[in-house]
Amino acid sequence: MSTNPAIGHNEPPPKMTARDVNVFYGQKQAIKGVSIDVSAEHVTAFIGPSGCGKSTFLRCLNRMNDTIDGARVDGQIELDGQDIYASAMDVVQLRARVGMVFQKPNPFPKSIYENVAYGPRLHGLARSKADMDGIVESALRRAGLWDEVKDRLGESGTAMSGGQQQRLCIARAIAVDPEVILMDEPCSALDPIATARIEELIDELRGRYAIVIVTHNMQQAARVSQKTAFFHLGSLVEYDDTSVIFTNPKATRTKDYITGRYG
Amino acid sequence: MRMLIALALVLGLAGLAYLAGRARGNRMVAASGGRIGAVHSRPIYHGAYVAVLALAPALVVLAGWGISGERLIEGQVLGSLPAAERPTAPNDAQALMNEVRGLVNGDLPQAFNPLAPRLAPVYAAARANGDMLAGALAVALLAMGGLWGWSRLRPDFRARNRVETQVRALLLLASVVAILTTFGIVLSLIFESLRFFQMVSPVEFLTGLTWSPQTAIRADQVGSTGAFGAVPLFWGTIFIGAIIAMLVAIPLGLMSAIYLTQYADPRLRRWLKPVLELLAGVPTVVYGFFAALTVAPLIRGLAVALGMTDASSDSALAAGLVMGVMIIPFVSSMADDSLAAVPRAMRDGSLAMGATLSETVKKVMVPAALPGIIGGVLLAVSRAIGETMIVVMAAGLAANLTANPFASVTTVTTQIVALLTGDQEFDSAKTLSAFALGLVLFVMTLILNIYALSVVKRYREAYE
Amino acid sequence: MATLAAPGAAAPAAAMPERQPTDWTTPAMQKRIAARYAKERNFRRLGAGALVVAASFLAFLLFTIVRDGWTGFLRTEARIEVQFDATTLGVDPAAAAGPNGQVMLARADWQALLLQAAQQLGPASDQLSDAAWMQLRDAVMADPALLGHKASLWVPVRSSIDLLAKGKFDLSAPADSRGVSDREVADWRWLEGQGRLRTGFNGAFLGNADSTEPELAGIGGAALGSLLTLLVTIAIAFPLGVLSAVWLEEFAPKGRVADIIELSINNLAAVPSIIFGLLGLAFFLNFAGMPRSAPLVGGITLALMIMPVIVIAARVAIKSVPPSIRDAALGIGASPIQVVFHHVLPLALPGIMTGTIIGVARALGETAPLLLIGMRAFVTDVPQGFTAPATVLPMQVFLWSDDVQRGFVEKTSAAIIVLLVVLIAMNSLAIYLRNRFERRW
Repeated sequence: MSTNPAIGHNEPPPKMTARDVNVFYGQKQAIKGVSIDVSAEHVTAFIGPSGCGKSTFLRCLNRMNDTIDGARVDGQIELDGQDIYASAMDVVQLRARVGMVFQKPNPFPKSIYENVAYGPRLHGLARSKADMDGIVESALRRAGLWDEVKDRLGESGTAMSGGQQQRLCIARAIAVDPEVILMDEPCSALDPIATARIEELIDELRGRYAIVIVTHNMQQAARVSQKTAFFHLGSLVEYDDTSVIFTNPKATRTKDYITGRYG
Repeated sequence: MRMLIALALVLGLAGLAYLAGRARGNRMVAASGGRIGAVHSRPIYHGAYVAVLALAPALVVLAGWGISGERLIEGQVLGSLPAAERPTAPNDAQALMNEVRGLVNGDLPQAFNPLAPRLAPVYAAARANGDMLAGALAVALLAMGGLWGWSRLRPDFRARNRVETQVRALLLLASVVAILTTFGIVLSLIFESLRFFQMVSPVEFLTGLTWSPQTAIRADQVGSTGAFGAVPLFWGTIFIGAIIAMLVAIPLGLMSAIYLTQYADPRLRRWLKPVLELLAGVPTVVYGFFAALTVAPLIRGLAVALGMTDASSDSALAAGLVMGVMIIPFVSSMADDSLAAVPRAMRDGSLAMGATLSETVKKVMVPAALPGIIGGVLLAVSRAIGETMIVVMAAGLAANLTANPFASVTTVTTQIVALLTGDQEFDSAKTLSAFALGLVLFVMTLILNIYALSVVKRYREAYE
Repeated sequence: MATLAAPGAAAPAAAMPERQPTDWTTPAMQKRIAARYAKERNFRRLGAGALVVAASFLAFLLFTIVRDGWTGFLRTEARIEVQFDATTLGVDPAAAAGPNGQVMLARADWQALLLQAAQQLGPASDQLSDAAWMQLRDAVMADPALLGHKASLWVPVRSSIDLLAKGKFDLSAPADSRGVSDREVADWRWLEGQGRLRTGFNGAFLGNADSTEPELAGIGGAALGSLLTLLVTIAIAFPLGVLSAVWLEEFAPKGRVADIIELSINNLAAVPSIIFGLLGLAFFLNFAGMPRSAPLVGGITLALMIMPVIVIAARVAIKSVPPSIRDAALGIGASPIQVVFHHVLPLALPGIMTGTIIGVARALGETAPLLLIGMRAFVTDVPQGFTAPATVLPMQVFLWSDDVQRGFVEKTSAAIIVLLVVLIAMNSLAIYLRNRFERRW
């Protein structure tokens, strides 16, 4: 089925566009002909039952599928009009511009400071120690973690609570000043309080970064996103404003999923 | 041979005991009219119960006789000689007994020692008597055990539970063998080392810088004590095993593991991993032969080309180099395991930041896997310093205290082999020193292993 | 959520200057990225290089051994015409056909006959192997009718002629450094010129035991010694290893005993093999008075050495049998012992076999502990039993590698080839078993 990306008349050009994307794992096709536009202004949520391909598709957006043996992606994905799968596109740069936060918090076994400084150091973004300190502090502040950790920046990132670890991972992603942040079920391993914290944070980051969040939690999608895409069996079933998807979905499958018939 | 016959006989009788017990069980089942539960255990358990009771004591007797019989006979045979003619040195007695045995078995057509032909009939008689006695005792115990067990069989007798208890005891016994082996090693090393340290002070042994264990042809010979300062041996062992070999094995093994786990195509990996395993499966004697015949001359040629006129043909470098290659698969598989234990999320996290794979490996994966890798390297060092054949064949015997890789050094294991092969008197300081060296080697590897295993274990737990 | 700092604006302006978005297109940034990719390529090359070095070392090792060793399976023989003269042999032709004929023939003076026949080789008459007379004897004992007749026979030549025929010497080198005398070269040329030499398959190498003469030495005795030793090893280590593993996995109560046993096994697995040799020497030979050089003692020593390998493999295999199988059997009233012996062990068997084969392969390649218990004896006959002096294959390699005679170099390499072929076969079998029967639950 083909879904025309919904673009409003008065909206700026999309940050990322995908056209007819297919993903194969060996013989198995995981994504079937997905086309979608991601806006820079909004938080976009991908929802759908588990195994529907929403995470797989998310990983296409910064070419993390390249790291999986036997994965093959075809179709076209563009970032600001540049094809990210073109040979001219540099993966290292792409991933700096399109950051990612994972399902389970995965801080490196290094100090909090080193975790945040890792990216800027890789890409040579800081000119001096003071510069780096500034980058680390501003990233931690934006992730809402600064006040909790400013006195223990030398402690290991793995010694924090799960929610703090996840915010550290967000700070780590922010530190390289990306244009898009991909979040793959960032709250699935967290308790409700930590989840609320992350959701607030996502809301604060909105507008500054284009954010795409994969979630299996429909309430979460409804709370944090302005656009929602519903995936089922590797296809994009429906993509629209979040309010439309949750109140007046066009496709029967979407309606069934929203109302809890399956999933 | 006689032992085998006795064993077969005892096993055969135990088989009969099994049949008798099972037959009785069958009769009980028949008498009960086949009502389920009338007889607690199935007939085979009755049979097995009787057989175990019959067999166990008989086997203990036979094993005891097998281990200690020869010594008892020896004492008896030598005791039959008048005190004046009895050989005084244990070594002479041993040689005499070997001749006597040779005569009796017919391996030796003629003895050199005039005493041997006289003792041969004594030995044969003692052997026959002893074997007969042990055999009779075994059979008697077998009969008693079997009959007692047989007499206990009743329909309500819990034969299965008894047999299962016996099987559990057997399982425990099998497990205890590991403890016994460890004890055997520790006791024999300590016992012989103590005898050595009665002749040579431990301080001299552990701190002395000169090693020249001389052969004493006669006990009263001048200068027969030799010098037993083992520091040059320890140095040689560390130089070859822990320095040269590791300089080869750590970079090559680690880089191989990184390439195999991170870069190699899965198909290539399927081929390359067995090749590395093959490298580990080559017997050390083959490496030794290769080191001595092919590598050592090359190294010597290199040294001569570099202008070293006194280059040794059994250089530390040749032995260490080949030993390092032998250790590569070991280091590589330990590093492979450690890298594989680093959660994939860690790797993805770094790649998603825009790190290249090598940056991810160097800055995230290797630091995260470091405790496991260090543990693996320590195990590899322990393996290298205990390795024997390569150094026996390719390293020298000269105990030099030198850091020149083209010179010849000797190692603990080389010396153990050199001291204990050939016909030495068993009680001399020279042969006993081998056990003291063995003790040092054992303690060194034990400490390395325990420490390394605990490091690796803690590391594994950190990611589980 | 009061602690949550608002982005940008809420931050102190001095500490938090708003950063410009990163410009990835500047030449400096492009250069930096190019440099990072160059490092990436170098690192990758370094890894591949390490593997290539390791693999090429193995290839070089195998290459030199095959290059030196394949001729060890060949032997050069000379053709002589023999007149089986009963007088020279000192036998009565009539009696030779009688009931005791074989005994009489075995005792005949074959060396005299050979000496006579060798005359036809002219200058090279003393270049036949010392044991060439056996060929004559065997021919007649197989066919007594030969007695009094003439026959043409192929008999082995001395090692130096053998090596010359195989082209093992560099004849352009000066006489004193090429390892073979001018006379030997002349004799070889003469024999070649007469067309009396042939090089063919060396059956004696596979069948014979050790010898002081390279052309007569074989690995048959050592192979049989290895077989006897390994039989003892398997008979002891397999049951002990499996039973210990069963106890540790299924029955051991948590506590000190199990801990000590586990610690012992883990440490024994890493104890240097030569320490087991010291144990064998001090305990089995000197304390228990068991025979030196015997497969029995060697087998027991190696069994203690590989038992931990089997225990560890068997524990892994037993652990991988899912608890549901145990529950199912227990649920229909089987006792724990029955569960283990009827269900768990059969399912774990492939894993246990794999571990056992790997352990036995290790025992087969082991030399050091056997050196100490005297299995380096020079044994010229195939071993007669478990308590008779014997040697084993890797020990034969070690003994020959020490021998100064040139002819033993190819024998050593040939013996290594045999050893490696057996070991590779065993390891392949283990890998096959692992892949074929490995079950994912």
